[in-house]
Amino acid sequence: MSDTHAESVAFVRDTMIPEQAPPASEAGAVKWVRSNLFPDWLNAILTIVALYLIARLVIGAFPWFANGIWNASSLSECREILDGATGGCFAVLAERWNQLLFGFQYPSTEYWRPALAFVLLAVAAAPLLFWMYLPSRLLVLTALYPFVAYWLLWGGTILTPAVAALGFVVAYLVFARIERRSFALALGAAVVAAVATWFLGGLLVDALPRVLALPEVASRNMGGFMLNFILGVVCVSLSLPIGILLALGRQSKMPIIKWICVVFIEFIRGVPLITLLFVANVVLAYFFPPETNIDLILRVIIMITAFASAYIAEVIRGGLAALPKGQYEAADSLGLDYPQAMRLIIMPQALKISIPGIVNVAVGLFKDTTLVSIISMFDLVGMIRGPILASTEWNGVYWELWGFAILMFFPVCYAISKYSQWLERQLATDHR
Amino acid sequence: MATLSDPPSESFQLSKLIRDTRYRSYTFQLIALIALILVFAYLGSNLASNLAEAGLNISFSFLGNSAGYDINQSLIEYNNQMTHLRATLVGALNTLLVAFLGCILATIIGVIVGVLRLSKNWLIGRIMSIYVEIFRNVPVLIWILIIYFVMTAAMPSARDYLGEEPERDLLLGLIAFTNRGVYVPAAVFQPMGWVVLGVFVASIFGAIAYRRYATKLLYDTGRLLPMGWPMLAIVILPALVAFFVLGQPIALDRPDPLANRFNLQGGIPISGAFIALWFALSIYTAAFIAENVRAGILAVSRGQTEAAASLGLRPNRIMNLVVLPQALRVIIPPVISQYLNLTKNSSLAIAVGYMDLTATLGGITLNQTGRAIECILLLMLFYLAISLAISAVMNAYNSAIRLKER
Repeated sequence: MSDTHAESVAFVRDTMIPEQAPPASEAGAVKWVRSNLFPDWLNAILTIVALYLIARLVIGAFPWFANGIWNASSLSECREILDGATGGCFAVLAERWNQLLFGFQYPSTEYWRPALAFVLLAVAAAPLLFWMYLPSRLLVLTALYPFVAYWLLWGGTILTPAVAALGFVVAYLVFARIERRSFALALGAAVVAAVATWFLGGLLVDALPRVLALPEVASRNMGGFMLNFILGVVCVSLSLPIGILLALGRQSKMPIIKWICVVFIEFIRGVPLITLLFVANVVLAYFFPPETNIDLILRVIIMITAFASAYIAEVIRGGLAALPKGQYEAADSLGLDYPQAMRLIIMPQALKISIPGIVNVAVGLFKDTTLVSIISMFDLVGMIRGPILASTEWNGVYWELWGFAILMFFPVCYAISKYSQWLERQLATDHR
Repeated sequence: MATLSDPPSESFQLSKLIRDTRYRSYTFQLIALIALILVFAYLGSNLASNLAEAGLNISFSFLGNSAGYDINQSLIEYNNQMTHLRATLVGALNTLLVAFLGCILATIIGVIVGVLRLSKNWLIGRIMSIYVEIFRNVPVLIWILIIYFVMTAAMPSARDYLGEEPERDLLLGLIAFTNRGVYVPAAVFQPMGWVVLGVFVASIFGAIAYRRYATKLLYDTGRLLPMGWPMLAIVILPALVAFFVLGQPIALDRPDPLANRFNLQGGIPISGAFIALWFALSIYTAAFIAENVRAGILAVSRGQTEAAASLGLRPNRIMNLVVLPQALRVIIPPVISQYLNLTKNSSLAIAVGYMDLTATLGGITLNQTGRAIECILLLMLFYLAISLAISAVMNAYNSAIRLKER
């Protein structure tokens, strides 16, 4: 080809021109700033306004942090030290951090127990959260955690949680044994076995109350951020199985069971959590036999669990509805009965779809645990509003305390929601 | 001759109730029903015996008694001699007021933030994501309490505004921010003022009529009349003309620093509790709405924008005619459920002392009368009714916009 035109063309370049650097306005920081901060007039104005506001915020807030007082015994002492200058009085955090974290009645010699329980929570949650990377045998740790955490937080002999755990193990063994014959029969036998174990174990606990005993801490002495954490973790874990049952009930073809579930779910979702907490506070006691005395934290856990399970049921119902009908029909045509089809075919897929939704419910619920401060429980918000802001020393310290509250909640909720987004990407196995 | 053996007789045996799938569901339902009845009977009998022991009964007659407490903000006439029922009504209206205003403000902020989050401007996009993440991940109760503190403890006292040479001036000469609330000017209508208002309302209808006419003209003849400026003129000019022709019959009653030595007088005081609740609910919910808006816009596939552009539509027409109608289908259902959440969260008013339904019926009335069960039942029914109404609206909307396929 090139030969034919060799004579007619005066000049043919036969070497590559060396690459030139792009023009200064089209490369590097200049290009980035121009296209991302000043692409047109409107954006330029917005950028300048935003930069101005950020600068003012930083300049205004800097002395407040820089001059912050960490060592004082009251707000007036803070003001004396500051002597008119702007500055935060972080001494309130230095002095009251234990109350903010553990409440004002948890014995201070036992702080290591909730702290250890918190660390163990991370260990126990890891196999559940990152199950795709960790061996499934580690889930044993997750299963053991509730019993260990109960022992650490509430104290008492280790036999109580041990017997409770033993009951579940016995129930599982019995269930696995009989399951082949009939699901319902196995379930019944498992319940009987568990109750029998707990009864016998109860006798044992009564006989040996001091085996490996930690000093007991009553529920009403729990407070601070620890209480938010306990309520959040306990209620979410309890509401998952109940939510699954409610979702299945709502999908059921049996009208009575279906309507029980529909009414429960819609009622709970229709009322604010605060009214349910009022129920826990003032009404629920009327529905128990007169001699029982169930403490407030347990009543609150019952109501928050009911609340969360209705929301989780709706999320799981979405997951069930998203499954193609063919999955149900395939399970039927294999001759699986209902429990088998649900456990082996439907639920694993439906739960996988619903995990991001469930995580969102969990974050929302964790935030909503602050509502217990309204029925005068001393969680983190309750501690700030009650004992700390009402005390003569620290009356008037607002920004520091609320900033601390934000600092407690934000990382946890942000991490969980980031985890949910990450998981969503991990689970998106289609359309790629 | 072939003989057919009889099919086995379909006699009913008790074991079929468990073994036969045709009958088994009846067994289960019966068991469930019995269990339900037993649970209710158990709870009911406990309730009855507990009430009998405490010497109480279930009765709603307390609603007719005099309430005896004051409510600082009321949309209808109320004083402490009126009944608990009236106080409940005042509370319910206050709940609806803060929920309604909250939904409007949350929508405005949410849409702006959601759109700006997609902006090409890196800085603005970053700021908006920080806003969304910070507000979504901290409990709304904390935001309500923080803003309440800003509205009360951090505001100057009303005294600072008083006197001939006050320490602070009214904002624009109209608005005073004090620790007792925000004083805004009130519009005072003389009889002719209502005429001006009437003219204004009529010209809004006029603007709508003009728009219809312009659209019809466009479809019939292809002639495009200018839309924006004429509509604005139709809305504003007649009212302005009427206002001045009739001799300025609408006056502003602004807060007056000189009338009284102890407090500002005139204008409408808006309590700090109301503003804290309204603003906190709005910015908290707006963070969620922003995410819905962003997701909705992103859900419209790029091909749609490109196809519209290749048809020769201008960018704002692409937005109005192609992207938004499709995005709204995705945006509106979750936004409505955010409205529902906002309405339910407005019950947190009790934390700052705004007298909504939870604070009147579930708070003071409950504590005064001791009728816990009745009060909380009414409270729940009220919120249930609102949320069922909102879900009904949402279902109607969903079925109206459902894609009609084939």
